Formats: sequence, C-alpha cells, structure tokens
Amino acid sequence: MTSASLASSASTDTPNYHDDLIKKFVIAAMFWGIAGFLAGDFIAWQLAFPVLNLDLEWTTFGRLRPLHTSAVIFAFGGNILIGSSLYIVQRTSRVSLFGGAFLGNFIFWGYQLFIVLAATGYLLGITQGKEYAEPEWYVDLWITIVWVVYLLVFAGTVMTRKESHIYVANWFLLAFIITIAMLHLGNNPAVPAIFFGGEFTKSYIVWSGVQDAMTQWWYGHNAVGFFLTAGFLGMMYYFVPKQAERPVYSYRLSVIHFWALTFLYIWAGPHHLHYTALPDWVQTLGMTFSVMLWMPSWGGMINGVMTLGGAWHKLRTDPVLRFLVASVGFYGMSTFEGPLMSIKAVNSLSHYTDWTIGHVHSGALGWNALISFGAIYYLVPKLWNRERLYSLRMVGMHFWIATIGIVLYITSMWVSGIMQGLMWRTYDSLGFLQYSFIETVEAMHPYYIIRATGGLLFVLGALLMAYNLWKTAKGEIRDEAPIGLDVPASAR
Amino acid sequence: MELMSIVEVARQVWVVWLMLIFLGIVFWAMRPSNKSRFEDDAMIIFKNGNNGENGGHAHG
Repeated sequence: MTSASLASSASTDTPNYHDDLIKKFVIAAMFWGIAGFLAGDFIAWQLAFPVLNLDLEWTTFGRLRPLHTSAVIFAFGGNILIGSSLYIVQRTSRVSLFGGAFLGNFIFWGYQLFIVLAATGYLLGITQGKEYAEPEWYVDLWITIVWVVYLLVFAGTVMTRKESHIYVANWFLLAFIITIAMLHLGNNPAVPAIFFGGEFTKSYIVWSGVQDAMTQWWYGHNAVGFFLTAGFLGMMYYFVPKQAERPVYSYRLSVIHFWALTFLYIWAGPHHLHYTALPDWVQTLGMTFSVMLWMPSWGGMINGVMTLGGAWHKLRTDPVLRFLVASVGFYGMSTFEGPLMSIKAVNSLSHYTDWTIGHVHSGALGWNALISFGAIYYLVPKLWNRERLYSLRMVGMHFWIATIGIVLYITSMWVSGIMQGLMWRTYDSLGFLQYSFIETVEAMHPYYIIRATGGLLFVLGALLMAYNLWKTAKGEIRDEAPIGLDVPASAR
Repeated sequence: MELMSIVEVARQVWVVWLMLIFLGIVFWAMRPSNKSRFEDDAMIIFKNGNNGENGGHAHG
C-alpha cells in the first residue's frame, strides 16, 4: 500500500525493534475497545429503557458507567497510546527499546492487570468515587509502579537514541507520560481504611471540600489535555505524515503548538466547577485559559490537515488516511466547542446536561477513536509483515459506519442537552419552574434512542474492523476492486 | 533583605516570566536561520529503518 515511500529499503544497521510487544498492545486495544464500546452502548440503551439495568446491582448504570469510561479511555486508549508510543519512539530514535522485551512485557501485563483490577472493582462497587480516577488505593499504587517503568523505558529509549534531534511526536508523548504521572499522584493521596480496622477496599482521600473538587478537576481536565490530547497528538505527528507520505506541514508550528498547549492546558480545570463553591476568580481563570486554548488547538489541527496539502487526492483512494484526517477534523471541532462551553454564560446552560456528554463523545469518538483506528490500520500490516490490509473496501465501510454513528450521537445530544437546559430554566408567569424533572426526562427519550443507535453503528464498525484485521494478520487478501479510482466503463 | 524583596516582586509577576520563556521559544522556532534544520527534523520519520521493517528479525 505504501510501497512508494520516501525512504525505502532497510539498511543493514536497522536496529531490532521490539514489534511483538507492539502487536500485543494492538490486540489488547482492539479487545478492550470493543468491550468498552459495547458497555457504552448498553448503558445508552439503559437510559432509554431503564428496565435494562436488569434489577441487579452489578449491572446498574452507576456501576457500568465507570466501567465504560475506564474501558474506552484507559484500556482502549491507553493500550493504543502505549503501544504506538513504543513503536514511534523506537523508529524516530532509530534504536531498540530501552529495557528490552522484559521491561516491555512488564508494562504490557502490568497494565492489563491494572485494567482488570479496576474494572472488576467497579462491578463489585469498589470505587473512590472520583470521576476518571475511580480505582481504589491499591490499584492506584500498582499503576504507579507500571507507569514509572513505562516512563523509564520511553525516556531511556529517547536518551539512547541514534538520532540527534528528538522528533516532535516524542515530545508530546513524553509530556503525556510525565503529566499523567504528576496528575495521578496529586489527585489520589488516600488513607486506606484497613489501617484503622476498616475494609481493605475502602480509602479516604486526604483532600476535602472545595480543595478536593479543584484537585479532582485539575486532574480530570488535564487527563483530557495530556492523555486524550497530547498523547494522541503524538500519534498524529507520526501517523498522518507517514500515511500521507509527506512531512508535517510546518515543523516550526509543531514546536510552537507543543509549548503553547503545555503552557495553557494545565490551568483549564476550574471550568468544570462554574457556579460552585470554588472562588469566582479561579472560575474566571479557568475560563480564560480554556478560551486561550483555541489557538494551540487550531494551530495543531491546521498543521495536521495541511500536511495533506497538494495530496488531497489520496483521500479518495486511501481510507486509512481518511480516518486520520477526519479525526483531526473532529479534533478541531471539539476543541472549538470546548472553550465555548467553558464560557460561564454558556456553561450555565450546558452544564449538567447531555450537551456535555455530546461534546465529550465528539472528542472521544471523533478524535481519539478515529485516529486510533487509523493508527491500528497503519500498524497491523507492518507489524504482521503483510503486504497490505485484507480489505480496503471494508476500511472504507467502517469509516462511514463509524462517522454516521458519531454524527447521530453528537447531534442528538446537542438537541437533547440544549432542550434539557432550557427546560430546567423556564419559569411560568408566577415565577415557578415550568417543568418538573420527569418532564425533561420524558422529552429526552427519543434522543436517547437516536444516541444509542449511533453507538450501535460505532460498535458494528469496530467489529468489522476486528474481522478485517484478523484476516490481515492471517495473511489473506480480499479479491476486490480498488476503491476511489474512476475506472472507465470500457476498461472494466 | 534587599534580595528577598526583589524575589518577592519577581514571584508576583510569574506570568510575565512564563510569557517571556514562551516568546523565546517562538523566536527560536521562527528564526530564519533555523528554517532548514527544522525542515530536516521533519524528515526523520522517513529515514531508513523507519518504515515498519524490522531488519529481518521478528522477536519480542
């Protein structure tokens, strides 16, 4: 597929890259991804039809929701992030992985153990109740060890590199690894109850009150900023130029993009706490920095999209590139919407409504998942030493199924969320609230069905992808007409 | 004592120092004499051994 690359044959001094390790991460990402999408779509149907909670404590929305978020963010996103980062850092450093297969496998299995411990805990009701940081103290300690080894392996590979310059993707990936470590340690100091005769699975966070809320959203928003943004931007700066077979539009812009993002993101957290007990000036600070984030976000988006400058025709014939470029488009869209929603006046309408859920999914499905799919479609033929993917037409189908699913999801949540917010704030002529809470729930019902249908499409797309990758790994190639090429009738 | 009072003032305008560092980075990135090195850096991903091949060895 990419036979006409700018640099071709392997030279004799090519280091031995640890690709079996990357394969494991790719397989794990697909497995957890489908599990996480299924869990998400199941709870979407639960919201439309509450009987689906099955009257069992383990399958209630409250327990399955953190299972869904953790599965898609940390299990699907985490595996593809760690896997692709170790792929990228070896190749851009032109050196084999620091710590070798042993430390690499420790990261892989250690990370899977973290996922299993966290996920089973949620189903059993073991949680510290902090959003996106639900795992209890012993799981927190375990992931800390795994993460430090990951930092060691990544930084060690960069430090032993044979390339004088550190390619920009690695800057983003290193910022992701370091910042997530800092956030995790800052947000999770807790006193286990067992030290005082309590249960093993219970702990109490040392922060309290509004300080706890601020620490939580300092963590929460920077998890968005450095896990879901910086990490995936690292992927963008490698996979988009590679798949387009041309260097990034402006390397200088990528340098400025990196530092602007790093300087600004860390301050944006307070926008999750508008109109709460948090001091007004902190709310305004968070809002201001969120609005300023427009600039680096769009700088990065332009850099990614313009990499295709002069090669737009490739989008017609290369559905993998379509995934990568569409993801950058969704990144631009959701990073436009985010700062808008952080403005206090807008937030007073949007907060606590489905609009937030729609926004999160335009980023998570549109940006994170689509770029991950693109990266996986890029990686699998290379890792398994196959000439090309089993079926490019299936990739094209997956693209449209997933994109229609995302559009259904986002648009239904816009309508539902804005309607919900407006109904909450409507007063009658006597100053009483016009609508009871249950009336807002009833009004949202059709949109919940549309959303769950969109989610179902997204799951189906992922299943098609898994089938395509399975066939690719087996070395099969589907007999099909090439896509996007306008073949004249006479030549058919 | 003198030094401490300077430190105190300097601390209060921390945002200015961060801004100066950032502007320095922008200057460094946009400097015309650095143009060609950044263009070379962008090509790192297309060098030998960067295309997925594994030197003929498969291992983990």
